[in-house]
Amino acid sequence: MEEDFNLVLVLLIYALPVLLALMAFVIGGLIERAHFKSIRTREAAFAHYPAVPTCSLDGDRVVGEARLVTASIVVSLDYFKRILAAFRNVFGGRVRSYESLLDRAKREAILRMKEQYPEADLIVNMRINTSQIGTTDGRKKGMGAVEVLATGTVVRYQS
Amino acid sequence: MILTNTETIPGLNIVEHYGLVSGNTVRAKNIGRDIAAGFKNLVGGELKGYTELLEDARNEATNRMIEQAAGMGANAIVNIRFSTSAVAQGAAELYVYGTAVKVG
Repeated sequence: MEEDFNLVLVLLIYALPVLLALMAFVIGGLIERAHFKSIRTREAAFAHYPAVPTCSLDGDRVVGEARLVTASIVVSLDYFKRILAAFRNVFGGRVRSYESLLDRAKREAILRMKEQYPEADLIVNMRINTSQIGTTDGRKKGMGAVEVLATGTVVRYQS
Repeated sequence: MILTNTETIPGLNIVEHYGLVSGNTVRAKNIGRDIAAGFKNLVGGELKGYTELLEDARNEATNRMIEQAAGMGANAIVNIRFSTSAVAQGAAELYVYGTAVKVG
């Protein structure tokens, strides 16, 4: 009887992280796919509204207004991808889970800048900063959450 | 107050420079947000609580910079830069700086 109980306990201890990882894999994957889909449709809507890192304006047009614009997003990996990234640390090489995380955060931050001024013509001097804002789970391991901040100067030409 | 992160303000002329202005704030996350973020951390994606926290903090730092510039008699700040750094466990510093100018 007691052995049975111990077996259940041992199973629970070992099965729980696996279950969590499985749950994170399914839900995290769904969230990421939905986010990428929304990013793609919104990017298509802003196709004629560029955000450029240079500071050049159309010479023949008069600037009506120029204002600072900032937008940010804090993102984190799901539990499953965090485990994958930790394994990647052993062998080295490309960490794809972080690549897609940062890609999606950067594109989202740029879109949020544009959404603040939907009537403007372009964003010049666009800069992107990525910073780690500490481990969210209180442990020292892992990258925790990452903040992506996009800044720029939004320009509207006189019509 | 006109703010830009370009060296000049497109469409306007700078007539006077007042020098560096800056604003900072150090914020710690609270436990309630931390627990919510802990759950969110499991499935990944945006941690909205943290996004809002940092956005609020950045606005506060920007307002401090604007107050400083207004005290100097400036009506615009150009070349604005932002920086975020984790200074301690669970606390982040948000620093904003730029050049206070007068545009005509």
